[in-house]
Order: sequence, then C-alpha cells, then structure tokens
Amino acid sequence: MAQTRSNRPLSPHLEIWRWGPAMLVSILHRVTGNGLAFVGLGLLLWWIGALASGPESYTAFLNLIWIGEGGTIPSLTSLLGKVVLVGLTWAFFQHMATGLRHFVLDIGAGYELNTNARWSVVTLAFAGIATALFWAFVLLR
Amino acid sequence: MGNGTSLGRVRGLGSSHHGAHHFLASRLSAVGNLVLIPFLMVSLALMPAHDYATVHSWAAKPIPSTVLVLIMINTFYHARMGVQVMLEDYMHEGSGKIASWLLVNTLPLAGAAFGIISVIRIALGSA
Repeated sequence: MAQTRSNRPLSPHLEIWRWGPAMLVSILHRVTGNGLAFVGLGLLLWWIGALASGPESYTAFLNLIWIGEGGTIPSLTSLLGKVVLVGLTWAFFQHMATGLRHFVLDIGAGYELNTNARWSVVTLAFAGIATALFWAFVLLR
Repeated sequence: MGNGTSLGRVRGLGSSHHGAHHFLASRLSAVGNLVLIPFLMVSLALMPAHDYATVHSWAAKPIPSTVLVLIMINTFYHARMGVQVMLEDYMHEGSGKIASWLLVNTLPLAGAAFGIISVIRIALGSA
C-alpha cells in the first residue's frame, strides 16, 4: 500500500467525535427497519394467522395483545402489546421518513452539512408527530 | 478464488457485480411499501370495531385481500434485503455467517407463504 503514516488527525477519529442528527437517523433507519422486519412482520403473521383460524383464535390473539382480560398474564401481555404497537407505528413512520431521505440522498441532493442536519431532524419530528396523530385518531375518534 | 495475487484473493468477494440489482430492488420495493403499509394502517384506523366479524369481512374483500397478499410478497422481500445487509455488516465469518445465510434464505419465504395461505383462506374460505 502506498499510504504513509503522518501526524494528521484521523477523521472521523475512533474515539473523538460527537453525535450528530445524520448519524442518529442513519442508525435509526437500520434499527427501525430490522425491528419492523422481525417484530412487525412477526406480529402481522400472528394477526393474519389468527384471523384465518377462526373467531376463537382471533379473540384470543386480540385479548393477549390489547384487551387483557382474565388474569395477570393477559393484562401484562396486553400492556406489552400496546407498547409494541405504538412502537411499531413510530418505527414505521421513522423508517418511512428516513427512507424518503435516502431517496433524496440517492439522487445526489442534500449533502450540504446544514441541509443534511436539518432534514435529519425533520424525519425525527415527522415520526413523533405522525405517531401521536395516528394514535390520537384511533383512540379519540 | 485464487490464492496467489492480491487481486485473485478478493475477486468474487463482495457484491460480485450484483450490488446494483440489490440496491435498486430495495428502493423499488420501498415504493411499494409506501403505498401498501399506509393502506393497511388507514384501513385498520378507520374500522368501526376490531372484532373478528368486522376485521374478517374487511380482509375477505377483493382489494384488501389483494393488498394483504402484496404485503406478504413485497414487504417480506424488502425486509429480507434489509436484514441481509444488516447481517452482512456484522456477521463476517464462521457459523454465524452460515446461520445468517440460512436465516435470510428460508424465514422470509416461509413467513410469506404462511401469510399468503392465511389471506387466501380468509378470502375464499367460508369460515
């Protein structure tokens, strides 16, 4: 290799750096995508499988993930179910927003430092607001 | 894969001229998800109730069951490619790499098959 060692600083340095919005939404895109793949699609299959298996299994599914009647275990799993469902909604909106951000970056736009940071923050705000609005609509209408 | 020159040692590794297809397919299936998943979410949010009869009769209608089958195909395809990229970044060698290959080449297909069979049963079955 033709590289020679010099005293110039490494960038990014292995240890000396600070978090920025672009780094955060980059790793969030991966985390939310894989969360949706494993938890989201897993829940989707459980839901559609229960729906295809008849009223008893669908009611049992709905009780476990949302209603939570008949003992400590269903009440705990239904609490977990609500957290997971809200989490999945947020993960979808975040993954969708950062995915749209990737479309813009793919055409070669939005790499200026300030623009890049601003649109990264916009994806975070969008996901939070969209999740809140979605659940407000579902629960309050 | 050769073992002599430095070029020979790396030839055939990496995407091996198939990276562009993976890149494009990820983005094209993302556009599909951009239509399919909001359709599912809006439909579920607009339902008057979420009991068996309401949800089952909705899912049995032609357009919802078509969308559900497309989700089983397109979203699983998209998720499979995303998980593959994640695993390729973190699992480099040995049994972990083999297990990752098995995971991304079996589980999404099995899951999608189960999902499609379930939707067909809802759409065509009498239950």
